[in-house]
Amino acid sequence: MAVFVDDQTRLVVQGITGRDGSFHTRQMAEYGTRIVAGVTPGKGGGNLDTGGTRIPIFNTVDRAVEETGANTSVIYVPPPFAAGAIMEAADAGIGLIVAITEGIPVQDMTRAVALVQDRGSRLVGPNCPGLISPASRTKVGIIPAQVTAPGPVGVVSRSGTLTYEAVSQLTRAGIGQTTCIGIGGDPIIGTNFIDCLSAFRSDPETEAVVMLGEIGGTDEQEAARWVREHLSKPVVGFIAGRTAPPGRRMGHAGAIVSGSAGTAREKVRAFEENGIRVANRPVEITDLIREALGP
Amino acid sequence: MDIHEYQAKELFRSAGIPVPPGEVARTPAEARRIAEELGGRVVVKAQVHIGGRGKAGGVRLASSATEAESHASDILGMDIRGLTVGKVLVTRAEDIASEAYVAVLIDRRRQSPVFIVSPEGGVDIEEVAAERPEAILRLPVDPRYGLLPHQAFRLADFLYAEAGHARQAARIMDRLYRVFTSNSCSLAEINPLIVTVAGQVRAIDAKVSLDDSGMKRLPELEALRDTSSEPASETRARQAGLSFVKLDGDVGCCVNGAGLAMATMDLVKYYGGRPANFLDIGGSSNPDKVVAALEIIASDPHVKVILFNIFGGITRCDDVAKGIVEARSRTAIAPPIVIRLSGTNEAEAIEILGEAGLAAYSSMDQVVERAVRMAGSA
Repeated sequence: MAVFVDDQTRLVVQGITGRDGSFHTRQMAEYGTRIVAGVTPGKGGGNLDTGGTRIPIFNTVDRAVEETGANTSVIYVPPPFAAGAIMEAADAGIGLIVAITEGIPVQDMTRAVALVQDRGSRLVGPNCPGLISPASRTKVGIIPAQVTAPGPVGVVSRSGTLTYEAVSQLTRAGIGQTTCIGIGGDPIIGTNFIDCLSAFRSDPETEAVVMLGEIGGTDEQEAARWVREHLSKPVVGFIAGRTAPPGRRMGHAGAIVSGSAGTAREKVRAFEENGIRVANRPVEITDLIREALGP
Repeated sequence: MDIHEYQAKELFRSAGIPVPPGEVARTPAEARRIAEELGGRVVVKAQVHIGGRGKAGGVRLASSATEAESHASDILGMDIRGLTVGKVLVTRAEDIASEAYVAVLIDRRRQSPVFIVSPEGGVDIEEVAAERPEAILRLPVDPRYGLLPHQAFRLADFLYAEAGHARQAARIMDRLYRVFTSNSCSLAEINPLIVTVAGQVRAIDAKVSLDDSGMKRLPELEALRDTSSEPASETRARQAGLSFVKLDGDVGCCVNGAGLAMATMDLVKYYGGRPANFLDIGGSSNPDKVVAALEIIASDPHVKVILFNIFGGITRCDDVAKGIVEARSRTAIAPPIVIRLSGTNEAEAIEILGEAGLAAYSSMDQVVERAVRMAGSA
């Protein structure tokens, strides 16, 4: 089992003909993801060759869903059009929308998340690496598949390469993952830590969870309280940005300490107070997970 | 990106929000001329991207043009929490009957714009929120409808009992929301919004932050950027498309990915060192970016060692290695470089670096420990 993406995933790639879109479509297909359609307005009727299979391209998500039964979408559309692409997917009835694009205007996102909620879809991202479920060889996004392996740990993170680092250490230690989820580094994201923890709670294969947070916002603090009340599976946490100065944006649009809120110290404390074991260095994540899983 | 008060007031003015007349001055003589033109009492205000100007002595009342000139000469060049004042706003002094607080900002939890208003203005709103939460009204706005007329009136009504004041304030709320959306703001704040003794509602301070992502669609806003208020290395990094924040340590950091970059800085501190910067070279392995990153880090005289931490996923380690080698052939980099590469094409990368006489580590902890030790003994 896994969460959000698995062997039931039928993927449509929005922005499939772009440089990033076509590159990652081939990577996802090569790994084993079932990609049923691509969308690029004006390029409908064509197809993308992924070395074996040809993926049909449609002008609209709506048509792609009609013709192929796509239920999940991944978005590689440039920032000015990305919020529109998210809303198009939601309108077409896509259940899970994964937005990889970085740099979407925040006010665009406020409108997009409102529509996604109205349509009952789930959005992951934006500004995220996406998801991967190794057991079913399903990857939606850009997480390098070679650092992952099937196993009992759920991983949820606000960043990209830090996730790859942590996951690769787990994999090298012989500890695989059910699903790795990058929820994104923007101030407004569709799926937060609690959504993912809740999914991992219901997943019988997930025995422990790694939560990689960072400065900015209060999502980690709320998730920590939720863990105490609702999750009996062990959780190991890490917070990036202990040395970040206040008021400065650290790369991710959402990684900023504003006023007195969102500091690493506050988040680490919330983790500790609520029974989440905190790794002080990335390498400790693996040790703590190994202990949590037991012999 | 933060803009100055005088620039924010310009945005307010063109949206029809009443602000007192005033102009920005770069010299005491200019301040005098502006004060003469305004006549009467004026306020001379330091224009820096930081709060607490008043407490630092950067905001002063002058009852004559001569006094305005002398205040300007005191304030210009003043250091306010590490920032040098290069400009002052000279503006008409108002006779204040009451002060309120008004802001619209993006609320991360509610995922929408939210208005925050309080009849207790002119003070730190975080303090009001902590001590008297009942003195604050938070009103989320559905971005698809915008601020509705009854919402604008509800905000105004929370601030003012007097109908005339509330009517003026409701109009200001509506216009402030328009400033917020049309300039892709993450914050538009009036603190304080005053009622004058004559009964007029006016914004006498203005703070606006723009969403960097939204600004790309509004290139005219780029002209509001004041590069004199940031280190030259940050200006240069932005032009090179790098995400960079200067810090005051001596271990230069060059990392791919923002989360890993923060974790690397934290690890430098864990091993007893001090990071000189945050730098995310992004997913690209473009040698030009690596060259720019190396030059920017090396231009900081405090940097004693440069630490690369690259996790190759989509980024290929051999591309970064080529970038480092090419950068060193193009430009002289004085501080020693220590490198950690792991992931995609790691073996090829180590070979490329080896031929250039550079060693690479594969563990993050090892390389950071080594860098900290080198900085300590340099």
